Amino acid sequence: MDAELKARTRRTIAYSVMSCVAMFGFGFALVPLYDVFCDITGLNGKVELRAVEAPAPEAVDLSREVKLQLTAVNNESMPWEFRPMKSQTRLHPGQLLQTAYFAHNTTERYMIAQAIPSVSPSEAAPYVHKVNCFCFDRQPLFAAEQKEMPLLLSIDPKLPAHIHTITLSYTLFDITPAADNRVADGGRNGL
Amino acid sequence: MSTLEQTAAAGELTEHHHGPASGIGRWLFTTNHKDIGTLYLWFSFIMFLTGGCMALMIRAELFQPGLQLIEPAFFNQMTTMHGLIMVFGAVMPAFVGLANWMVPMMVGAPDMALPRMNNWSFWILPFAFAMMISTLFMDGGAPNFGWTFYAPLSTTYAPPSVTFFIFAVHMMGISSIMGAINIIATILNLRAPGMTMMKLPLFVWTWLITAFLLIAVMPVLAGVVTMMLMDIHFGTSFFNAAGGGDPVLFQHVFWFFGHPEVYIMILPAFGIVSEIIPTFARKKLFGYASMVYATASIAFLSFIVWAHHMFTVGMPLVGEVFFMFSTMLIAVPTGVKVFNWIATMFRGSMTFETPMLFSLAFVVLFTIGGFSGLMLAIAPVDFQYHDTYFVVAHFHYVLVPGAIFAIMAATYYWIPKWTGRYYNETMGKVHFWLSFIGVNITFFPMHFIGLAGMPRRIPDYALQFADFNAVASVGAFIFGFSQLIFLYNVISCIRSGKKASSEVWEGSHGLEWTLPSPAPYHSFTEPPVVK
Ligand code: HEM
Ligand SMILES: [Cu+2]
Repeated sequence: MDAELKARTRRTIAYSVMSCVAMFGFGFALVPLYDVFCDITGLNGKVELRAVEAPAPEAVDLSREVKLQLTAVNNESMPWEFRPMKSQTRLHPGQLLQTAYFAHNTTERYMIAQAIPSVSPSEAAPYVHKVNCFCFDRQPLFAAEQKEMPLLLSIDPKLPAHIHTITLSYTLFDITPAADNRVADGGRNGL
Repeated sequence: MSTLEQTAAAGELTEHHHGPASGIGRWLFTTNHKDIGTLYLWFSFIMFLTGGCMALMIRAELFQPGLQLIEPAFFNQMTTMHGLIMVFGAVMPAFVGLANWMVPMMVGAPDMALPRMNNWSFWILPFAFAMMISTLFMDGGAPNFGWTFYAPLSTTYAPPSVTFFIFAVHMMGISSIMGAINIIATILNLRAPGMTMMKLPLFVWTWLITAFLLIAVMPVLAGVVTMMLMDIHFGTSFFNAAGGGDPVLFQHVFWFFGHPEVYIMILPAFGIVSEIIPTFARKKLFGYASMVYATASIAFLSFIVWAHHMFTVGMPLVGEVFFMFSTMLIAVPTGVKVFNWIATMFRGSMTFETPMLFSLAFVVLFTIGGFSGLMLAIAPVDFQYHDTYFVVAHFHYVLVPGAIFAIMAATYYWIPKWTGRYYNETMGKVHFWLSFIGVNITFFPMHFIGLAGMPRRIPDYALQFADFNAVASVGAFIFGFSQLIFLYNVISCIRSGKKASSEVWEGSHGLEWTLPSPAPYHSFTEPPVVK
């Protein structure tokens, strides 16, 4: 009887501890799950940080035009000058757009920056394809250096018809001090 | 439960058993569920007074607009520490203490299933809180980012003491998890013969479900503070947008813990009230089975509503709608409970001793808190109410006259069983009325200033909020100081109260009342038979 009770208690403990470990893991699993969820649904305006193939020229949908607004934001104490070369354009879905952002390190020291994109409305996020983007890489600039950073993108012709305006916003972060670990691919490979 | 009957007088069987060891060693090395319950309860009361002093500092500063007593930076540390201490140091340990005392006696067990682990799970707590409170004296001060510690405020912009905060949270989490495992093991394995699950007293049922919630979400809390630790010290970017992380992710993970956590703080209170009301209404609890199912459904639903704390982060419409309706759904089982309590009292022959007064106040005031919760659950209006004093009013109504009143009711209800003596009834009633009036004067005006737009967590405010704030501060001091009456009453009860019989209350029911008062050091060495 007593031995049986001991065995039952031990089983209860084992299940409980296993559940705790599983839930601890689940907490961490929420991180990729959250990203996957945002990727699939395009919620949160998250855009892929991966290059895609340039669209085939025959895919251009000449029947409509989309207004693309480009904006630039400096994260709190980021001192650089940072702006789009052209803040608004119109383009056909499927058409390849080539433009650039201007960056100027206004300080007297070497700095590294990272731009993080966001699309609004978030519904449009999965349809913005970047062929090349300065946000794929860190951007180092010497003191007082200036640079035009290229951006090459197209809008998917499958873009829902009710979307006429898309805003693509870049936030520029200063990542100089910890640049070694913090990279654009999610930053979690430091784990 | 009038069907419960006990065979031999269990008290006599335990008489010739050894009693407690003497001196401080009794408390340090004890594995006795009653000693540990006592330790938890005293610890919780000390934390309640500590957190209460912080609350009074907050209210003193807010008595008038402008800055008079404390610096804004220190004010932020006070709101943060007040929240953390009350949630993790006062309410949760008090419930664990009550479970330690009562669960073995209520299910007819000799002690908790894992007595040694029980000792550890208590003794971790003083160290955790010593560490947390010591941050007040560190360079850069204590954590100042609110009890919800949103990143990146709590990572990139945190004071250096945040690391100690993280370790303190880890320790509290381990303590809670060990406590929960112990309670589950006791309830599942140590029930007396005949004590089937559907005969368990409701306090035991609600605690069983709470323990499952603890096991499910405390590890998630541990996970989120671990991610913070890694962001701060190891260069990861879970919550740092510059590195590809996302601050909104923090809120999702935190509230996945946080919402079940608020139910961890209220389910045992439901259980307590479900024990007390039948006793003083001299009737059986109305709808026992529906109470059990309602508790279980509340626990289940609490996992799918977390984003009602995040309506304003820019969720898509479907998200807002889903979380709005799932949140409102919780009101259904909660309503069932309130209905059952009232139906229990209907046509009962009620008397109004202190535990009953606190329980009645619980039913009324908790329901008010539930209604303001429902208002907050309406996503479009939450855009106006979010981060205002309306939210502060809501959660204080469910936590103070909710959780805390239930703990006080439980103390008055069971203290004759613990000490063998009655508390002073008149003093208890004075304590009740002062607390009841104080709580309402403090928190009711907060609804109005919240609706009028006063943001929470600020040391200064616009002139038009001045009158209600002054009123709230007066109420806070009334409530705060009336707790000293409680302390005095408890101490004099232990020392010199009137001797109590084993039934204690005329209408009492359940196994714990078959033991003599004070309950013998070892409860049921011979299992009672439950018919
Ligand atoms: C019918 C039941 C309830 C509903 C519908 C409800 C709904 C809500 C909502 C929508 C919020 C978010 C408000 C905002 O930040 O804008 C909230 C906040 C809160 N609720 Fe409730 N609630 C309920 C019951 C409870 C209970 C029982 C407790 C605890 C015992 C509780 C504790 C809290 C706390 C602590 C917060 C504030 C968290 C913070 O931001 O610091 N609620 N509630
Ligand atoms: Cu909630």
